[in-house]
Amino acid sequence: MTVSARNKRVAWIVVVGLLLSSVLAGVVSFYASSQPDGLERVAEDKGFLGNAQDSATKDSPLADYGVKGVENERLSVGLAGLAGVGITLVAAFGLFYALGRKRPEDPDSVAASGDDVTATSNAAG
Amino acid sequence: MHIPDGFINAPVSAAAGVVAIGALAVCLRGARRELDEQTAPLAGLVAVFVFAAQMLNFPVAAGTSGHFLGGAMAAILVGPYAGALAVSVVLVIQGLVFADGGLSALGLNIINMGMVSTLAGYGVFLLVRKLLLKTKTGIVAAAAVAAYISVPASAFFFVLEYAIGGAGTFSFNQVLAAMVGVHAFIGIGEAVITALVISAILAVRPDLVYGARGLLPNLELRPALSANPSNSSDSATETSSLHASRSAE
Repeated sequence: MTVSARNKRVAWIVVVGLLLSSVLAGVVSFYASSQPDGLERVAEDKGFLGNAQDSATKDSPLADYGVKGVENERLSVGLAGLAGVGITLVAAFGLFYALGRKRPEDPDSVAASGDDVTATSNAAG
Repeated sequence: MHIPDGFINAPVSAAAGVVAIGALAVCLRGARRELDEQTAPLAGLVAVFVFAAQMLNFPVAAGTSGHFLGGAMAAILVGPYAGALAVSVVLVIQGLVFADGGLSALGLNIINMGMVSTLAGYGVFLLVRKLLLKTKTGIVAAAAVAAYISVPASAFFFVLEYAIGGAGTFSFNQVLAAMVGVHAFIGIGEAVITALVISAILAVRPDLVYGARGLLPNLELRPALSANPSNSSDSATETSSLHASRSAE
C-alpha cells in the first residue's frame, strides 16, 4: 500500500466514524434512557441531590440537549445532538491538527511518521 | 457522571480547576509527541464519538442509567495525552453549550472523566496487555478490562472530592459503596462499547491503534535507510521497503 492509499484509508475511517456519530447523536439519542445516571441516583439516595444548582449556561439555546423553541422532542434532541457533533468536530479537529502538524523544520514528514511509530512504541513498552 | 454546581464547595472546585488546567497543559505537550498527520484526524473523531456516545444513557438497574465515559477507549486509540484532551474537549463543550455539568465543577469533571478514567484505563490496559497474548483478541480483552475498571475509578474520585468538599452530611463509606456499586454495573457498558470500537479499528488499520503499536505483525512502510544502499532512486527504495516486517519489539 502506498502512503496516499494509507491516508485514504484513514480518511475512510474518519468519514464512517463521523457518520456513525451523527446517527447516534441525531437519531439514536432520542431512545436513550432518561432515568437519573449513577451519580444522580446516589445523590438522590444519599440526600444531596438537592444541593445541585442550575448551571450558569442553563439558558443556552442547546441546554439539556434540546433546541430551545423546538416542541417536537425527537426533533429537538436530534438537532441538539447534531449541533454537538458539529461543534465538537470543529473544536477537536482544529486542536488536534494544530498539535499533530509537523513543524516546518521537520526535514521529511513522511519518514517522520514512521519514526514516530517506533519512538512511541518504545516509550509505551 | 457530570457533577453539577453545588455538590462540591467552591474552594475545592476552584482547586480542582487549577489542577485540571495544569493537567491539560501537560496533555497538550504530551499530545504533540503522540500525534502526527495520520492520527490527528483520528483523535478528532474520538472526541466526536465520545460526545455522541455520551448522549446514549443505557439502563443499568431499576430507575438508574449510565453512559459511556470514553477515557480508556480514547487513550488506547490515540494515546493517553491526546485521549485525555479529546474527552476534556467534550466536557468543556457539554458544560458551556449543553448545561451538562456545572461550570464551577468543570475542573472536577475534567479530573474525574478526562484524566482519571483515561489514566486508570491506560494503566490497567498496559498491565493486562502484558499478561495476555500479543494478538488482536488479547488487545481487545485488555481494552475491555481497562474500560471496565476506568468507570469505578472515576466514580471513586468523585467520592474523594465529596469527602473533602461535599456540602452535606453523609457517611463516606455509604457514598463510596453506592458510587462504586452502581458504577460497577455501568462499567459493563463501557467495556462492551470500548471492545467494539477497538476491534473495529484493529480490523481495518491495526497500526493506527496507539496501544497496539509494536505488538502486532504488520505490513509497514518503512523508509529503507541503510537496508539497501545500492538502490538510491526513490521508487526503488519505496518498493524495497514494501515487505512485511515485524516491528522491532
